Amino acid sequence: MNAPLLETRSLCKNFGALAAATDINFRLESGARHALIGPNGAGKTTFINLLTGVFLPSNGQVLLRGRDITTMQQAARVKLGIARTFQINRLFRGLTVLENVYIAVAERLGVAPSMIKPAGMRREVVAESMRLLQTLKLADDAEHRISELPYGRQRLVELAIALGLQPEVLLLDEPAAGVPSAESHIILDAVAALPKHIGVLIIDHDMDLVFRFAERITVLVGGAVFAEGTPKEIGSDQRVRDVYLGQAHHG
Amino acid sequence: MSAQAHGMVDHPAVPSLVRQHRIRLWEPLPWILALAYYFAFPNHLGFGTDLLITILFALSLELALGYAGIVTLGHAAFFGAGAYTVGMLVHHGIWAEPLTSLALGAAVAALIGFGSGLILLRTTGLTLLMLTLCTMALLEEAANMGERYTGGFDGLPGLNIPPLFGLFEFSPLYPRVQYLYVLTMLFLCFVFIRTLVYSPFGQSLTGIRENTLRMHAVGAPVNWRLVTCYTISAAIAGIAGGLWAQANAYVNLTTLGLDRAATVLIILVLGGYGRLYGAFIGAVVYMALSHFLAKVYPTAWQLGLGLLLMLIALFARNGIIGLWDTLRRRFVSQRRPS
Repeated sequence: MNAPLLETRSLCKNFGALAAATDINFRLESGARHALIGPNGAGKTTFINLLTGVFLPSNGQVLLRGRDITTMQQAARVKLGIARTFQINRLFRGLTVLENVYIAVAERLGVAPSMIKPAGMRREVVAESMRLLQTLKLADDAEHRISELPYGRQRLVELAIALGLQPEVLLLDEPAAGVPSAESHIILDAVAALPKHIGVLIIDHDMDLVFRFAERITVLVGGAVFAEGTPKEIGSDQRVRDVYLGQAHHG
Repeated sequence: MSAQAHGMVDHPAVPSLVRQHRIRLWEPLPWILALAYYFAFPNHLGFGTDLLITILFALSLELALGYAGIVTLGHAAFFGAGAYTVGMLVHHGIWAEPLTSLALGAAVAALIGFGSGLILLRTTGLTLLMLTLCTMALLEEAANMGERYTGGFDGLPGLNIPPLFGLFEFSPLYPRVQYLYVLTMLFLCFVFIRTLVYSPFGQSLTGIRENTLRMHAVGAPVNWRLVTCYTISAAIAGIAGGLWAQANAYVNLTTLGLDRAATVLIILVLGGYGRLYGAFIGAVVYMALSHFLAKVYPTAWQLGLGLLLMLIALFARNGIIGLWDTLRRRFVSQRRPS
């Protein structure tokens, strides 16, 4: 049997006495549409930080296609095809939208260390960045600085930067958080239109989004896997409803 | 397919990135002015030489601070390293030819930049500020203590710099050769820095300045880029220091001190950092003002500079160039309401 695209084995992370991740066994297949849900403080973002190498785990392993990447540096993991977006925008605020994407694309193509030929003369990087902006309907904003954009469009730039890395694993940390509901469909459409072959893990609190998007759902509570299954199984799991969905549906 | 890709490059939104490196109409102006100065003020070429060296030093800091966002208060370490390398080689009769000893000065400064950068650039903010200051203080004290080699507190006076190419003599009284020599070096270094800044490497430095965490997340070897930038910046500061030693025919501890490091930082803040020409404007304004004020108020001339700096810090965060940009943008948007 083939190794899964991304896998964790008994992954643990302790911050002092706080166990932010406990014995997480998780598999993401290529082409998967997987959602990670759980109440606030369940350790969802910590889990993404462990996958991308922001934190090193206290115990356990992270494997990409069966290869142990547990202690690998962040940048090296990106080169292997793991990209993420951030829950709170982390953009190059003083730069234009095009420049934001350009930096990611230049890094992926290995152009970034070159010191002589002007950035603007790298037509292949500019063209690819523009193509990406067009698919996300951001082309008209290409010249605008990030700080001039409404928050919803900034979220799209987050996505554009991650896509500029042409990932095989895409980790989306609440991509629609903070976006007015009138605009959130732009983000959702963009997520739905992602290339089929990449494995996508999405964290979100919006249950409509999660149940529409995901083919598989993992529920995280208190840093541990509480339940996992298809949306149907999770939706009808009484324990999950009690812990999480019940609360969410009250409002 | 390629025609389609090309069409996207011509999208009306693209040009600013594609054009940013092109030479603008006014860009020859500083060089024309510098040459005009040579003919207009033959009796003030000593001041002019000093000004050009300060611009070069400020440009080296601009690369590290303005583009990569490396906050340092110890950049004079590299200026001093270049100056002392040139000075000691000449003084001890080891090597005197101006151009090659300048290259050696740059190499020594780069080496120190590389070594200290490997360790220091893991830190940021206030820690980095203090550590760069400490590195410079260590070098300064070393220059002070190593009297046998460096001349200690008195420095190395009366350096005997041989003529450039064996033809052009450095004269302390009529520093015409020094002025043109320094101007040429400044021009060459500026062309290099300008190229670097508009390259993908420069773009990635800007990315590190704007958001280091995101740079990690797009797979950039952030630390390595910073060390590379810091080393290049140190080498250029070393060239500036070497030029200073050659033009003045002496070296002393002022090349290494906090005074020089702070002054160049003030110049960059005054002119506006991250904008390439801020170093020029800042150095000219600072040097001209201190020159002028020192004549008018010999006892309290620094007060005027202090007030100007306060005004800039309060009302023009991006320095004089930033102020100009803001005014121009306001003017343009008034004429063309969108």
